[in-house]
Amino acid sequence: MSAADDISTILSSGIRLTVPLAFAACGEYLAERAGTMNISLEAMMLGAAFGSVATASATGSATTGLVAGVLIGLLIGFVHGNLAHRLEVNTFVVGLVLNALVLGLTSFLITISSFDSHQVSQVSVPWLRDIPLIGHPLFVERWPVYLLILVIPLTWWLVERSRWGLELRAVGEQPQAADVTGIHVNLRRRQALLWCGALAGLGGAYLAVGEVGSFNQNMTAGRGYIVIAAVIFGAWRLGRTLLGCVLFGLADAMRLALPALGLTLNSQLLVVAPYLLALLAMLVFATRNREPKALGQPFVRGST
Amino acid sequence: MTASSAAVPSGTGRRLLRHLNPGPYGWQTTAATVLALLVALALSSALIAITGGSPAASVQALFQGSMADWTAWTSTLLYMAPLLLVAVGACVSARSGLFNIGQEGQVLIGALAAAWVGLRLAITGPVLLVVMLAAAALAAGAWAGLSSLMYRLRGVNVVVSTMLMTFVAQQVVAYAVNMPWLLQESRVGNAPVSPQSNPLPPSGLLGSFGEYPDLQINGGLILAVVAAVLVAVAITRTPWGFRLTMLGRNPLAAKHAGVRVNALGGAALAISGALAGLAGAVLLASPVGVNRLQPGIAMNIGWDGLLVALVARNRPLAAMPVALLFGVLRSGGGFLAATGVPSFLVDVVKALLVLAFVAPPVVVALVRRRRSSDRTAGSRREATPVAEEAIA
Repeated sequence: MSAADDISTILSSGIRLTVPLAFAACGEYLAERAGTMNISLEAMMLGAAFGSVATASATGSATTGLVAGVLIGLLIGFVHGNLAHRLEVNTFVVGLVLNALVLGLTSFLITISSFDSHQVSQVSVPWLRDIPLIGHPLFVERWPVYLLILVIPLTWWLVERSRWGLELRAVGEQPQAADVTGIHVNLRRRQALLWCGALAGLGGAYLAVGEVGSFNQNMTAGRGYIVIAAVIFGAWRLGRTLLGCVLFGLADAMRLALPALGLTLNSQLLVVAPYLLALLAMLVFATRNREPKALGQPFVRGST
Repeated sequence: MTASSAAVPSGTGRRLLRHLNPGPYGWQTTAATVLALLVALALSSALIAITGGSPAASVQALFQGSMADWTAWTSTLLYMAPLLLVAVGACVSARSGLFNIGQEGQVLIGALAAAWVGLRLAITGPVLLVVMLAAAALAAGAWAGLSSLMYRLRGVNVVVSTMLMTFVAQQVVAYAVNMPWLLQESRVGNAPVSPQSNPLPPSGLLGSFGEYPDLQINGGLILAVVAAVLVAVAITRTPWGFRLTMLGRNPLAAKHAGVRVNALGGAALAISGALAGLAGAVLLASPVGVNRLQPGIAMNIGWDGLLVALVARNRPLAAMPVALLFGVLRSGGGFLAATGVPSFLVDVVKALLVLAFVAPPVVVALVRRRRSSDRTAGSRREATPVAEEAIA
């Protein structure tokens, strides 16, 4: 195998590992800009992965499964939003519990049921797929991948250009001030979590019915946490967050390809890279005021 | 929230109602918690029934695996010890207002340090066990202390950094057991080596106490109970505990009152890490088991111990029965599979239990605040301790 083939293989596996992260990252980015440190992202992805496979098996259509995954993500976002931003239960506690609940529930259900394998269809873009090196990895993919072309600009537009996004950012930076100007702080945070749930659901469902075609126990294996690391690494900017996703996806692909390539790079180092980079980014960016000021803080009217 | 002037009880009725409301942890919270518990149990039973199992048989299996005889009790108590240690640590940091969720990683680091001392230092006799435990506490305390340092120096969110450090710890342990020069087991003949350490020497194992036939009280449990009582006394009966609680309730007021915020907060996080590290050492040196450092040694004890503290609402003494309950679920879970119900059921039950204990007090406090601010209609706002609600 030539070096070009190796690079092409790693690239295509890296892209496939990046796509679920990228979907979820768009959601988590928006939720964090609104002030929710959403650690139930893992639950959203895992629940959606399970739901999509179960639905695809029941209906025989992988696309229906994908939609079901989005709905499950929405449901978990709805539950998180209402517990944390209506009933005022600590958001981290809610996240921990939801993660434990979904992990337990999906493991429970997959043990007693079996599903048929379904996968969404592949799209191959004529002409472009013939570009050497990057043609095949980028332009022969399962079709949901191309939803990213829609989702990324939409997320950017929502946050940076829409009135709703302006209010979201206000809610994430200065909830008390936002409240005084008449913005319903907790409503905006709940809405942000719904967007986050839908996209994390899409990411999880893509992982299940897009790439693998089946579900196994703890399928997402911490991808939700990697996405959180990516948002931190990206210093709460969409572009850099996605760059982080690509970087972490490629690191994962490298780790998988190491034995085949005969390289002796430390695989633990590649696994740990996202978390170390996120910690490093937090240390570096701490003084640059990039973090939404009210991130992770509950909003209670009348308290400061 | 709408300002309502109607629907507010007045006169004698109102005074009577006020009498029936004895503070935020009063009967309303108890009633709501009982209700939530019933809902959680109903949901769990429904899950079993829908998937074709029998709830009664599941309860029986859980009982058989955890409490039916002394052997079952021994296994339950074996799980209870590390859970309680982790939970007591979580209480300390939560009391100081810092929410440490990295116990799973701190457990691993503790086990790593204990394994290194046990296998690489030429210490013999009972001193070894003491040094192992001390090393585990120190290493995991320092590991948690790193998060505190990042918070004090650069303002890095403690929840996020402790969470990320957990994943770092997992890889550190994976690295250690894959490197022959560090802790990987030594090769015997031509047998393939696994990613695990050698077994600990016998002098590095925690003993069992109790002369009753079959019932063994493991040394870790005694350590955990002592830690729980000590921490409970320290929190409720000493000036240190008072300062800690003050810091957790209102950091600014604590600072103005002369509390050394950085030192005290850092110490609280380090103590919580140290106790989780002790749990790691207890897992490693447990009287039953493989006594080798393996990447999966923490077995989610860190995450579960955190849930124990949440259910116990950050009170170390309350954590004892809760840790026992979680130990029951763990050791009974193994017996579930025989009834056709996957053992993962206990994870669902645990998560529902936590919700049933965490949500009611917050909701009751919220409803009360809404009512009182409706009643005063903007003229007087009742100051509510936010920090207390923020964490459970």
